[in-house]
Amino acid sequence: MTRRTALALTAVPAAFLAVFFVWPLVSILVTGLAPGGRLDLGPFGEVLTDGDLLGVAWFTVWQAVASTLLALLAGLPAAWVFARFDFPGRSLVRALTTVPFVMPSVVVGAAFIALVGERGLLGLELTGTVWVVLVAHVFYNMAVVIRTVGALWSHLDPRLEEAARALGASPLRTFRTVTLPLLRPALMAAASIVFLFSFTSFGIVLLLAGPRITTLEVEIYRHTAVLLDLPVAAVLAMLQLAGVGLILRSYARRQDVVEQPLRAAAETARRPRSRRERLTIAGIVAATLAFLLGPLALLVERSLRAPGGGYGLDGYRAIGRDDGFVDGLQAIGNSLGFATVAALIALAIGLMAAYVVARRAGPLSSWFDTLLMLPLGTSAVTLGFGFIVALDHPVDLRTAWILVPLAHALVAIPFVVRLAVPVLRSMSGRLREAAAVLGAGPAMVWRHVELPIVTRAAAVGGAFAFAISLGEFGATVFVARPGSGTVPLAVFRLLGRPGAASAAEAMALAVVLMALTALAVLAVERARLPGSVF
Amino acid sequence: MKRLALALCLVLAAGACADDGTSPPTVTLLAHDFFAVSDDVLAEFTRTTGYEVDIVLGGDAGLMVNQAILTAGNPVADVLFGIDTTFLTRAFEAELFEPYASPRIGRVLPEVRVDPAHRVTPIDFGDVCVNYDVAAVGDPPRTLADLTDDRFAGELVVEDPAVSSPGLAFLMATVATFGEEGDYTWRDYWADLRDNDVRIAPDWGTAYYGDFSGAGDGARSLVVSYASSPPAEVLARGGGEAPTAILTDGCFRQVEYAGVLRGASEPEGARRLIDFLLSRTFQEDVPLNMYVFPVHRDADLPPVFAEHAVIPADPVLLDPDTIAANRERWVEEWESIVLR
Repeated sequence: MTRRTALALTAVPAAFLAVFFVWPLVSILVTGLAPGGRLDLGPFGEVLTDGDLLGVAWFTVWQAVASTLLALLAGLPAAWVFARFDFPGRSLVRALTTVPFVMPSVVVGAAFIALVGERGLLGLELTGTVWVVLVAHVFYNMAVVIRTVGALWSHLDPRLEEAARALGASPLRTFRTVTLPLLRPALMAAASIVFLFSFTSFGIVLLLAGPRITTLEVEIYRHTAVLLDLPVAAVLAMLQLAGVGLILRSYARRQDVVEQPLRAAAETARRPRSRRERLTIAGIVAATLAFLLGPLALLVERSLRAPGGGYGLDGYRAIGRDDGFVDGLQAIGNSLGFATVAALIALAIGLMAAYVVARRAGPLSSWFDTLLMLPLGTSAVTLGFGFIVALDHPVDLRTAWILVPLAHALVAIPFVVRLAVPVLRSMSGRLREAAAVLGAGPAMVWRHVELPIVTRAAAVGGAFAFAISLGEFGATVFVARPGSGTVPLAVFRLLGRPGAASAAEAMALAVVLMALTALAVLAVERARLPGSVF
Repeated sequence: MKRLALALCLVLAAGACADDGTSPPTVTLLAHDFFAVSDDVLAEFTRTTGYEVDIVLGGDAGLMVNQAILTAGNPVADVLFGIDTTFLTRAFEAELFEPYASPRIGRVLPEVRVDPAHRVTPIDFGDVCVNYDVAAVGDPPRTLADLTDDRFAGELVVEDPAVSSPGLAFLMATVATFGEEGDYTWRDYWADLRDNDVRIAPDWGTAYYGDFSGAGDGARSLVVSYASSPPAEVLARGGGEAPTAILTDGCFRQVEYAGVLRGASEPEGARRLIDFLLSRTFQEDVPLNMYVFPVHRDADLPPVFAEHAVIPADPVLLDPDTIAANRERWVEEWESIVLR
């Protein structure tokens, strides 16, 4: 890559982030901290001497750490099974595990209340405790672990482990001293994403944790939307950003590891050999599916309830009817349209950024990598208000529809980057040299060697960005037209008004969202390629 | 796939361009997420005034008001609808609105007209009341004080006043009912509710659909909701007897206002829209769309409301300045009583 190409590739994503992330964020923080143009540091003192708020900050950190560790523990067995064994229905099951990741928190909250709320189906009340927060975070993020860790695991050479066993190491010792170190890059990547999601968790904490337990994100929302206390909200948002920044920097420093020769996934997975192996696999798959699909099944049941009692398809019929409040079909159409645009934006920007990051050109590219991840860990309420104060000039974008997919793309870009970087790094050296030795010029190498591989990575990244956009509640964009609402917004609005018919339609829309997500992820499965993370 | 995406982009872009068109003149309405209006009602406005209406939803009421305050003087819309009594003082301080006295204001119920300067115009009201599950509650409560009885132990669910608007309304109703001073204050009342195992839910939806037995599979027969919830349940079931009913004591009247935003690009259209929001056509459309009541004296209620809705005779009404001066303290004191 020439210097000029590199510069051009850096400029576009950098400009995108500057305009749609840094500028709105700085604007809203300045509005909060310097009302009327004069900096007021009073709110800093107010927050830093408020024992309750410091307690909230501490809780936010430790619940995110605990959620991350638990998600890793819960996801590893399934990641191992999917990576090492070949069994019927494997890709369908793996696709299904991704569905929770994109479900709106209003419906997941409703499912958890029905299961572990007061007089819940499981007979164990967890709502109002920290446990329900941890369990819900694991529910949401297990897919990230299964996908990220599982993908690398499926490319590890099993002969390394076999050699250790042959030399007399116990299975546990083999796992600890051979497998785990080799999996480290994937474990770190998964941990960083799960941490960011849990650290900025909003809906789950607000809906399930009870009034005594809150996170920074919930407090930012409360100070912004209820107390209208922007200065304190700005300080809390900066506290949150500082935490996210620290984590991302320590992640960036540990990311550079020696690359290892990888094997094709098809060569490392095998059919289970013994009865014991088959039982182990069946047990792990059944437990994972029960945990992830149980709450979702409950939503399906709710979507089939008839308003007058009994069961029926009323909820699904209501989707097709425009009752003046929510037009379900239009919401589905809008969601699909926005997701397509968001995926295209995320792909274009994300792939350019991935090229830059993959080159590892000094500390600057590592900071660039951190900046790309930052939107994932930024308060959605803060950023949304940033759009409102910043994006009125030179073009007033504040009420433009394009803001919705742009905001979704900001969240999806980190995924595209995390996905494409390993692919780009793995093909950086020998393939290109080989082609060059055989007489291919740079343009030809790009056309015949790099492009095909990148296109496949792009398909995977695009589908994932698509799914993320489908599930985004749109907390970042407060300005929506009724005619351009998405499915998650429709679900939220329906659950905010009385009448059993609304509830059934909300749940039916949530089920449609599940189906769309599963289809998008199955498309990902079909496009899976060696070396890709997802 | 790519071609499909491109086509989608073009369709969406065309939609955006159409919005920016200069003719016919368009007046933009910023409302909260639960705003709804019938298409034919809106069409009548366009027919009679020549203005198209572009509706923009701005999140829940608090988010909507705060984003309007942040953009005061440079608004995203011409008219704001749905600000309630709890946020009025803050909006006035930010000089959010351009005063406008609609010629129709004389037809509005006098008790909801709180702003003599006409910066905002009342459009609808809703009463936050305790609802009960008729089948589950044998002998229903008659007063707020009854809720501390043993027979309602573990039966009541209320929303957290720190984050929920009906939750705050109910808290303010108890403050107004039991007072701040005397032998038995609102603090004593909440201490008794706490001892009677009151449940605190984060928002209306969770309380109503999750914890209340009258509308979902909840375990509790009493919930803080709206006076309009029983007719909404009848409507959802397509008729029959109402499965829920309200306790008419200690209801808090929430009034929703609209106003012309300062710096509106279509101030004339904005004023015409305020007039229209007070017209009988719109006022009679309000109940079935938003489950609230019209402020117009002569507006007729739809049959299901006329038959199943009870409008409390003596609701609690607090003026905006009292609320602004005390709400933070009330919520903090409430937290120290109920949550610790």
